[in-house]
Amino acid sequence: MRALQVRRNPGRFGLARLAAGIDTRAAVRMGPLEYVRIDPPDLPGPDWHRVRPRLTGICGSDLATVEGHAAPYFDDWVSFPFVPGHEIVGDTDDGRRVVIEPVLGHAARGCPLPFPDAAPGDGDDYAHLVRPPLEPGIQIGFCASTGGGWASELVAHASQLHTVPDHVTDEQAVMVEPAAGGIHAALMCATKVVGVDAPVVAVLGAGTMGLCAVAGLRRYLHGVRIIVGARYPVQQRLAKALGADEVVDPAELPRAVRRAVGCHMVGDHLSGGAHATIDAVGSSASIGTSLRITRPRGRVVLLGMPAEVRLELTGLWHRETELVGAYTYGTETLPDGSRARTFDLALDTVASCELQRLVSATYPLADHVEALRHAAAAGRRGAVKIAFDLRSSQEARR
Amino acid sequence: MPRPGFVHHVDRSTPPTLFWRGEGFSLERLPADRSRIIYAPEPLPAIDDIDGSIRHALEHPIDDDPLSSKMFPGMKLTIAFDDVSLPLPKMRRPDIRQRIIEAVLDTAAAAGVDDVHIIAALALHRRMTEAELRHAVGDRVYDAFAPRGLLYQHDAEDPDALAYLGTTPHGEEVEINKRAAESDLLVYVNINLVAMDGGWKSTATGLASYRSLRHHHNVHTMQHSRSFMDQHRSELHKSNWRMGKVLVDSGVKVFQIETTLNTDTFPQPFDFLSKREWEWSARDRAAFVASSKSLARTPVRLARKIFHSIEAPHQMTSVQAGAVEAVHRVTTEHVYRQQLVEVQGQTDILTMGIPYICPYNVHSIMNPILVMCTGLGYFFNLYRNKPLVREGGVIIMTHPTLPDFHPVHHPSYIDFYEQVLSQTTDPKEVEKYERRFAEDDWYRHLYRTSYAYHGVHPFYMWYWGSHAMQHAGRVIIVGGDTAAVRRLGFTPASTMSDAFELASDVVGRSPTITHLHTPPLMVADVS
Repeated sequence: MRALQVRRNPGRFGLARLAAGIDTRAAVRMGPLEYVRIDPPDLPGPDWHRVRPRLTGICGSDLATVEGHAAPYFDDWVSFPFVPGHEIVGDTDDGRRVVIEPVLGHAARGCPLPFPDAAPGDGDDYAHLVRPPLEPGIQIGFCASTGGGWASELVAHASQLHTVPDHVTDEQAVMVEPAAGGIHAALMCATKVVGVDAPVVAVLGAGTMGLCAVAGLRRYLHGVRIIVGARYPVQQRLAKALGADEVVDPAELPRAVRRAVGCHMVGDHLSGGAHATIDAVGSSASIGTSLRITRPRGRVVLLGMPAEVRLELTGLWHRETELVGAYTYGTETLPDGSRARTFDLALDTVASCELQRLVSATYPLADHVEALRHAAAAGRRGAVKIAFDLRSSQEARR
Repeated sequence: MPRPGFVHHVDRSTPPTLFWRGEGFSLERLPADRSRIIYAPEPLPAIDDIDGSIRHALEHPIDDDPLSSKMFPGMKLTIAFDDVSLPLPKMRRPDIRQRIIEAVLDTAAAAGVDDVHIIAALALHRRMTEAELRHAVGDRVYDAFAPRGLLYQHDAEDPDALAYLGTTPHGEEVEINKRAAESDLLVYVNINLVAMDGGWKSTATGLASYRSLRHHHNVHTMQHSRSFMDQHRSELHKSNWRMGKVLVDSGVKVFQIETTLNTDTFPQPFDFLSKREWEWSARDRAAFVASSKSLARTPVRLARKIFHSIEAPHQMTSVQAGAVEAVHRVTTEHVYRQQLVEVQGQTDILTMGIPYICPYNVHSIMNPILVMCTGLGYFFNLYRNKPLVREGGVIIMTHPTLPDFHPVHHPSYIDFYEQVLSQTTDPKEVEKYERRFAEDDWYRHLYRTSYAYHGVHPFYMWYWGSHAMQHAGRVIIVGGDTAAVRRLGFTPASTMSDAFELASDVVGRSPTITHLHTPPLMVADVS
């Protein structure tokens, strides 16, 4: 089969990092990504299925890998060579249309669940992520044993498969994984906003993840005022359409939050601020801004994947701010106390919020250079989510 | 003998005309045979004996008793004075406020008055710095009163320092500075730079609170003030006069001292800015070229500093004291004598160059909202009878209109620009946001303790231009930051030619044009 594959090659990672500063196209050509012909992965066990992707999204973490920016942290948690791609809607070998919950959790690795009915992302010990029978890998798309969505075939464990209802289109389904991430981040704000008078949540960044967080906030945290810092017109329009109360340029976000909560501005910090802030960017600047606009004892949810950042944390110390990561999804506790799987919530959300409108363009796998270039400049080019379309790619199946 | 104002009809021999562009200027050629340029009257001669005239005015007041007869030991005397927004540019020392305040204090001292407070009548403007206060009242007065807390600035947000005096028959609440209201005598020291200033506006606005000001600083009043320079056709003034009656009925005793200035606005080497271009000497042309070229290479912050350091040579042309309304009638005559220019009829297009300064950015930044206010609020309103541009006509302004804001002076302007103008530029819609800004605790804190304009102030600036916005078919800014101009709801143009082309959609291919060659200030008496 044809696939895009990443090999462990420090030299190529370095070249990609250098070239990415000039042009994503050069980074793709010079970097660790290769368009290759490989055998489909073997089925690791009896509860595993072959999945043929229909659509697979290009995520920010995928771009970070391709452009050589992935953090060294992952060196011990992934295995090479791997096929990227974890935002997948596809068909199983038993004829179901599914979306894949990509985390290679306890069930997939044959380990005891941390609690009954735990989702792949649940648990508080990640040892299973590097245990046999699979090669190390936090999720499909970063594991040598499973393949990934940027190929015509991969394998997935039964615990990872969610059947897609007929009324959900492929374009909606490919948004389930990022929507789950956004909903998870939104629900991580719940403890700071539920039961609070006039709660305010700020969202910094309105790419795919920021927009999915807005959808999650509007859908699952009722009565919260959502203020979004969005850079590009398409992002601003979609943030508004998904339920943001106020959408401003990111540079204007601190003042917009101040106005909303009626606090003071002391130096470059707000005296109060948002009850919670979702940072959907993950840079030094965005985390710094998030800390400055979040009220004392508020929470900053780090949804955007950071790498190495430089932060002045005196404010965090003084304001006793909670800074928490929001990697994926699992089992959620909703504001009414009920529990639900994030992916189930996301399957509802993609249809009801019409998240197919975030899918701006699709490309065949063979046009991966242009696809990745488009994804790297999505906001600037008026796009949000770029995906590979493998539905009619006979070439990819050869 | 100074020459009166002049309307020059542009022909092919007319040299290019000077247009202000913030901290710079350009020469623009206006179409021949259908354009005219209005020049301000030349400066009237200053009073020879300024201190003598002041003393004479105090002892020979209009419709009132001599100031000395009103003074007695043990009395409570308050002297209020116009703030940093007047005059423009700031005048060379000694400022006339200093001369008048010193004369009033001499009179008080001679009468054995020792309970004297001196208050800067800020209304909702920013507080003045020590340097600005010293410039206005002089070092002697400042050093004698400020250290003892007897020279201070009106605080429109201090509930303990305000006195509610009642309402007008129109339901307008009157609340002014408590010390001023409860004094045995309030002496108000005014500078009438334009006909709008002075009269009851001095006290009823300068010493008032938001509760009071909101009754006349609103869209309805501004749109029905035609113009601000014509008291009898100005709802703004009628409201202030009604409030003045409440002051009188409440027993507030005001001794009004009003002054007028001539139009000698710019010192050398900038004096060419006041001249008619065809009369420029070789030295004037050289000064224009040198200053234009050097300003073009000067960082904008430095250029601002250079311009704001200008001290105008304008001098006092009259001083009168006594009863507020009687004094103001005489003052207005003096203002008109200096500034009035007779103009025949309206035109399709009004052009004006917006300079670096307006009343609200002294030692500060002319932000986009102030550009709008200066052009549409002030310059457009420099008329009597009818606006210079016909209804549905086009107003063209020249200014860089950078989206720069002074973070200390104009904090609520930034939010106004970001939050309000991004949603609407319609003054009636804008008004819906007013209360929240007016009552924002942070703005209130900065107004009271820092050097910030009150939270509501950008709204007032926007209302100030609401009559012009209602009147004009299109507003174009030449040379402005495109995004900022659009945020204001106006049309950006790169050059004057482009602006005329854009205007042709509204006023046709051969419109008549009037250029208001100001500053110096003038009032067009449009027949």
